Amino acid sequence: MSSAASDSGSPPLLAIVGNPNCGKTTLFNALTGLRQKVANYPGVTVEKKVGECFGLHGQRLQLIDLPGAYSLNARSPDEAVLRDVLLGRRSDTRRPDRVVLVLDASNLERNLYLASQVLELGLPTIIALNMVDLANAKGWQIEARVLEEALGVPVVLCQATTGKGLVELKAAMSQSELPLSRWQAVELAEEVRAALLAIRAELALGGMVGQTASLLEPLYLLSDHDPLHAGFRQGQLGQIERGRAKLEQSHPGWEDRLADARYAAIEQLCARVLRRPGQEPVSLTSRLDRWLLHPVFGAVFVLGLLVFLFYLIFKVAEGPMGWIEEGFGSLGQWVSHWLPAGDLRDLLVDGAINGVAGVVVFLPQILILFFFIGLMEDTGYMARLAFLMDRVMSLVGLNGKAFLPFLSSYACAVPGIMATRTIDSPKHRLITILIAPLASCSARLPVYLLLISALMPGEVSVLVKALVLVGLYALGTLGAFVLAWVLNRCILRQVDEAMVLELPSYKMPSLRGILLLVWQRARAFLLRAGTVIFGISILIWAASTYPKHDSADASVRLEHSVAGRVGHFIEPVIRPLGYDWKIGIGLVASFAAREVFVNTMAVVYAVEDNDEDSASLRQRMAQEKRADGSVLYTPGVCLSLLVFYVFAMQCVSTMAIVRRETDSWKWMWVQLAIMSGGAWLLALLTYQVSRWW
Amino acid sequence: MSFFSTLAELSAGQSAVIEALSSGRAAMTRLREMGLNPGARVAVIRRAPLGEPLEVSVRGSHLALRLREAGQIRVRLTDVASQGGQA
Repeated sequence: MSSAASDSGSPPLLAIVGNPNCGKTTLFNALTGLRQKVANYPGVTVEKKVGECFGLHGQRLQLIDLPGAYSLNARSPDEAVLRDVLLGRRSDTRRPDRVVLVLDASNLERNLYLASQVLELGLPTIIALNMVDLANAKGWQIEARVLEEALGVPVVLCQATTGKGLVELKAAMSQSELPLSRWQAVELAEEVRAALLAIRAELALGGMVGQTASLLEPLYLLSDHDPLHAGFRQGQLGQIERGRAKLEQSHPGWEDRLADARYAAIEQLCARVLRRPGQEPVSLTSRLDRWLLHPVFGAVFVLGLLVFLFYLIFKVAEGPMGWIEEGFGSLGQWVSHWLPAGDLRDLLVDGAINGVAGVVVFLPQILILFFFIGLMEDTGYMARLAFLMDRVMSLVGLNGKAFLPFLSSYACAVPGIMATRTIDSPKHRLITILIAPLASCSARLPVYLLLISALMPGEVSVLVKALVLVGLYALGTLGAFVLAWVLNRCILRQVDEAMVLELPSYKMPSLRGILLLVWQRARAFLLRAGTVIFGISILIWAASTYPKHDSADASVRLEHSVAGRVGHFIEPVIRPLGYDWKIGIGLVASFAAREVFVNTMAVVYAVEDNDEDSASLRQRMAQEKRADGSVLYTPGVCLSLLVFYVFAMQCVSTMAIVRRETDSWKWMWVQLAIMSGGAWLLALLTYQVSRWW
Repeated sequence: MSFFSTLAELSAGQSAVIEALSSGRAAMTRLREMGLNPGARVAVIRRAPLGEPLEVSVRGSHLALRLREAGQIRVRLTDVASQGGQA
C-alpha cells in the first residue's frame, strides 16, 4: 500500500504511460484541458508534457504524459526517457508517485507487454482500459473484473475521445491508498538473476545505480538499445556494454527468452480476460485500407492529398504571409514617420521590425503543415503514408516515415525539420534533418528565376526555362538522396534497427488535440528558433549598414560596410567560381536568407524601383562587365551561381531549427560544412567545366 | 498438412504459426517484443504496392515489416484459405 501524498507535501505526481497509438495523449488532454506545459527533457529532443487536474474531492494532482513506448528495453530516446523517469533516474524529473497505464483494449495482448514490465516496477498503478468500443466492434468481450482480479490493481473502462469513464478514472486517481500489482509475468531464471546481482554490484561501484536498486534497474540498463544512449554519461556506457557482453556470453539470447516468456504469460491471462469470436467481423479499418492501400486508388489518394497539401503551403499560406509582410512594412513606415532619422530608427525599422517579420512570416506554413500532420497522425493515415512510401525511401537507407518531412521541405525546410519528430528511429531522424534543406525550398525560387533569366535572355522559350527550373529541383533532390545514402553508411553505423511500423486502427481526429499540437509547435518555434533568427537578422543588418559612409548612393554605402568589405575579402575564395566581389556581397548578405540575394544585388547595382519580376535588375546584370571589359554574367557564371544556391545552406532559420531539433551545435556545423562546402566544390566544377566550351 | 516457409514467402491472405526467429540480433528482439514470438499466429494481409513492406496481423495488431526481417521469421503454414481470422 502506498499513500497518495508525496513526502515533500507537493501534490502527487501521476505518470501517464502506454504504447504509441493507445490514446494516451488524448486522455492526458482530456484530464488536464489546457492546463499543460510543454518543454524538452534536458539533453534529448523528447517532449516533456506536464499538467494538472483536480481529483474528485478537489485535491490537486500533477500529471506527466510520458513518451509512448513498446518496451522498457529502450530503442529510442523516447523509450529511454520513459525508462529513466519510471526508475527515478532523471535528475530533472522526480519519480512519479503513481502510474496510469493506458491500454488499447482492441490491441490488448501487445499493450500488456509494456504493462507487464511497468507493473513489476513497484509503483501504485491504475489501468485505464481505453478504446473499448473498438474492441467491441471486433466482437471481443472483455472481462474487466477478471483482469482487475488477476493484476491486483484497479481497472477503469474509458473512452478518452468522448470523455466516458473519466470520472471513474479520476476517482481511482484520487484514492488515498492504491494497491501494488501482484502480477509477476515472468520470473528471472536463477542464473540470470545471479549474473544481474553481480552486475548491479559493479554498476553501483561506478555510481550508476544504488546498492539496493531493484534488479530490474540493471536489467533495463543492460538491454538499452537506444543508438543515442540517452540518459547515460560517456563513462557509463563502457560499463553497460561490458555488462551486456558478459551476460550475453553466459546466457545467449536471454533478452529473447524473456520477451517470449512475457508473451506466454500474457496469452494465459488473455485467455481468461478476452472472449474473441472464431471469425471476427470485417472492421472499418480493413474496409478503408482495401481502398487507401490499394495499388491504384491508394496511390491516387496519396497524390491528391499531397497536391492539396502543397496547394495549402504554397498558395493558401501566401495570403497570410503577404499580410504579415505588409503589416510589418506599415509598422516600419509608421515608426519611420514618428522617429527622427538616425541610428535608432534604422535599428528599429531595418533591424528589429524586419527581424521579427522574418520570424513571424514562417508561421502560416508551420501552422498549416502541423494541422495537416496532426490530422494524419490522429486519424492513423500517417502510418499508411509511411507504408506506401517505405520502398522508395529505403532506396537511400531511410524509411517511409521520412517521406512527409522531406517532402514538406520543398516548401520550407523549417517546418519540414520540425516534422521529423514523427520519425521514431534516431538515426533516420538525424539523416532526414541533415538532408532536408537540400530540397529546393520556396525561398530559392526568386533566386532561381532571376538567374535563369540572366542565363537565358528574353528570346528563349518559357518551356526551356521551365525545364532548367525542373532540373534545379531534380539536382537538389539527387544531392539529398546521395547525401542520405552516404550518411547512412557513415553515421551510427553499428545500429541494428528493424523497420517495424504499426498500422493503427483509423480513428476520428480530435480537433482540440490537433489545435493544441499546432499551438505547441508554433510556440516552440517562436521561442526557441525565433529568437536566434531574430538575433542573426539584426547582426546581418548591422553588417550591411556599419561602418557608415556619407554617400547618398546606397551601393557605395553597402560597399563600405562590413558586408561589403567581407565581399572583397572573400573574393579570392569565390573568384575560381567565376564571381566578383559584388556577387560576394550578395552571398554574404543572403547568408541569413537566400531570397535576400535578389534585393542585395539590386542595391549593389544601384537599381531603382526594383519591381516584381526584377526586369531592371536583369537588364543591369546583362550590362555588368569585369575589369577587363568582358561580360560578367556569362552562362558559366549563371550556372555556377545556380548550382551554388541549390546546395549552399544560406538560411539561418534552418540552422537555428537544426540546432534545436538535434539539440547539438555539432550537427548544425557539420551540415553547414557539408552543404556550403559541397556547394562551393560543385559551383567550382560547373564554372571550370563551362570554360572548356 | 503443414509445411515450413518464411514469413516473407507467404502471399496475401495466408496465415501461419511462427516456428522460430533468429536470436541475438537487437532488431529481431524488438520484433519479439511487438508480439512476433514462436507460437504466435500471424497472417499476411497485403504487400505494399512496390512489393515491400509486408502488412501482417499478429495478436490483434497490424504491423508492417520489410522482407529482410520477414525472411528471418520461420513459419509453419496452417490454413491457406482463411483471410486472417483472429491471428
